[in-house]
Amino acid sequence: MRVSGRAWVFGDSIDTDVLMPGAYMKLPAAERARHCLESIAPDFAASVQRGDVVVGGANFGMGSSREQAAEALLTLGVGAVLARSFARIFQRNCLNLGLPALVCEDAGEIVQSAQLEVDVAEGWVRVQGGARWPCRPLPDFLVRMVQSGGLIPHLQQAQRARNVAQENA
Amino acid sequence: MIHGLASTLAEKIIARASGRGQVRPGETLVCRVDLAMIHDSGGPRRVAPKLAQIGAQVWDAERVVVVSDHFTPAADAESARILKLTRDWVRETGAAHFYDMQGICHVVLPEHGHLWPGMFAAGGDSHSTTGGAFGCFMAGYGATDMAGVLASGEVWITTPETLQLWIGGALAPGVSAKDLMLHLCASLGTDHNGQVIEYAGPALAEMSISERMVLTNMAAELGADTALIAPDARTMAALRATGREPPEALRGTDAQIFARWRSDADAPAARAEVDAGALAPQVAAPHSPANSDAVGACAGAAIHQAYIGACVGAKLDDLHMAAAVLRGRRVARDCRLLIAPASARTTSQAAADGTLATLTQAGAILLPSGCGACAGLGAGLLADGEICISTTNRNFRGRMGSPNAEVYLASPYTVAASAVAGCIADPRPLLAERGVARPVAGAA
Ligand code: SF4
Repeated sequence: MRVSGRAWVFGDSIDTDVLMPGAYMKLPAAERARHCLESIAPDFAASVQRGDVVVGGANFGMGSSREQAAEALLTLGVGAVLARSFARIFQRNCLNLGLPALVCEDAGEIVQSAQLEVDVAEGWVRVQGGARWPCRPLPDFLVRMVQSGGLIPHLQQAQRARNVAQENA
Repeated sequence: MIHGLASTLAEKIIARASGRGQVRPGETLVCRVDLAMIHDSGGPRRVAPKLAQIGAQVWDAERVVVVSDHFTPAADAESARILKLTRDWVRETGAAHFYDMQGICHVVLPEHGHLWPGMFAAGGDSHSTTGGAFGCFMAGYGATDMAGVLASGEVWITTPETLQLWIGGALAPGVSAKDLMLHLCASLGTDHNGQVIEYAGPALAEMSISERMVLTNMAAELGADTALIAPDARTMAALRATGREPPEALRGTDAQIFARWRSDADAPAARAEVDAGALAPQVAAPHSPANSDAVGACAGAAIHQAYIGACVGAKLDDLHMAAAVLRGRRVARDCRLLIAPASARTTSQAAADGTLATLTQAGAILLPSGCGACAGLGAGLLADGEICISTTNRNFRGRMGSPNAEVYLASPYTVAASAVAGCIADPRPLLAERGVARPVAGAA
């Protein structure tokens, strides 16, 4: 599973209130997403392209458990999130929605707008024509879950298998 | 079962929930869930469509607790729609436990005896860590995770490393668990991902259950996966007083429970220590709980609003702390003090013991129980350029209304003292005038 796009670089401790301000939580997903990161990067939501990679510092996605923070990135077409470290719930939310979120200790080396390629299964990120850094690999079943589109499609498969087993019983 | 290897409390609970003899930090595994909690904001409106997509029913209605607290009481038609949707879903699924406008989930859950030592619980809210005050391993999850839990009764987790945090000494008068947590946010940092914080030590042993809940609640601000406190006599007294029984598999005498649900002395864990006795009241400046320092650092800063609310800061003990400062005093002109008790039961207890009268005589405005301004959804929001001091746990930009407002975090003592002064103020001189020699929060 490969992702390629431009880097959007953010600092340490970007919280979910910045990613998805509480004031917009009642809006439909597509409208909500337009406010993603607006307090620190007003042009982000309008300019981000499908496949672009959000690069955070330490503790990316700290704060409330609101899944809308991860969902907003996905809605805007973000292809992967890399960070020096993640807040636990935010990383889970990304993976559960099928948005690859990988810990990359060297994320601080990546500069704004760099053209990146990320291999989710193998766990690395490469700057076009330049350096390549390792990302911490996910356990196999999480890679499969992300590849199948997240936890819901993953559980759909399990439920279908259960239904078949019941019919055959 | 592997014998002879020492385990921490977290590892023991995860081992039981995953059906293993023993687990080690870093292991990713699947756990059976004893209890699932969802609320109106992240709950039915988000999980119901996902359950339908999966094609699954709720795995066990008896183990599901639903709390409407974020949008209560409805302030607009959309909030009303969300609350109605929540009620309808509870009726349709038969979810066994529903608390509609009874208060904030993290307070309502233990109030009604849903959390017990040794339980593995999943909460659809980041402050679900609060449950750790009862020896229950309860972490927070997003809506998709919770849909997975409701469909399957299972959740994947990576076993956290345990950080044992020894709280030495004793808190001084006018200093509370909230001050300790703000201090820890600044000194330990907010990036404890992959860790469960287990609190212990003499200062902890002296703390009321309400104060212990502050420690586990704000483990979320430390960025920890969750937090735990091993049960003691005070824990069991509080739980047994709820009148509810623990789940079958977790029953026992107090002595059995203490022996079963504690970390082995020689279990491998990281360790840290803090001296509670050395602490002054703390205030976190905008826009992070980690911007904390002793109150002196920002004393005198102007405020427009003082807010006593949230799961962390409006329990009965918290209202008692505020009342100790406000008794016989008045909120300053040009400052408003808003108080939203954490639960309906808190309100009725505070009414019965005279606390509410003390607060309102001082000029406090009472708001409904619920997340309210803390969630940026209810009454008490801030305008551009306004400054608030608050007993809540987060002061991220834009959380409490305008992104151009500023929120300081502090204890109920400090928020009440600031309301009286009309600017950020140290509560200790006001308490000393009254001869309050010990923390007011002492009862369970
Ligand atoms: S009171 Fe605030 S911190 Fe507590 S559950 Fe509600 S929104 Fe979250």
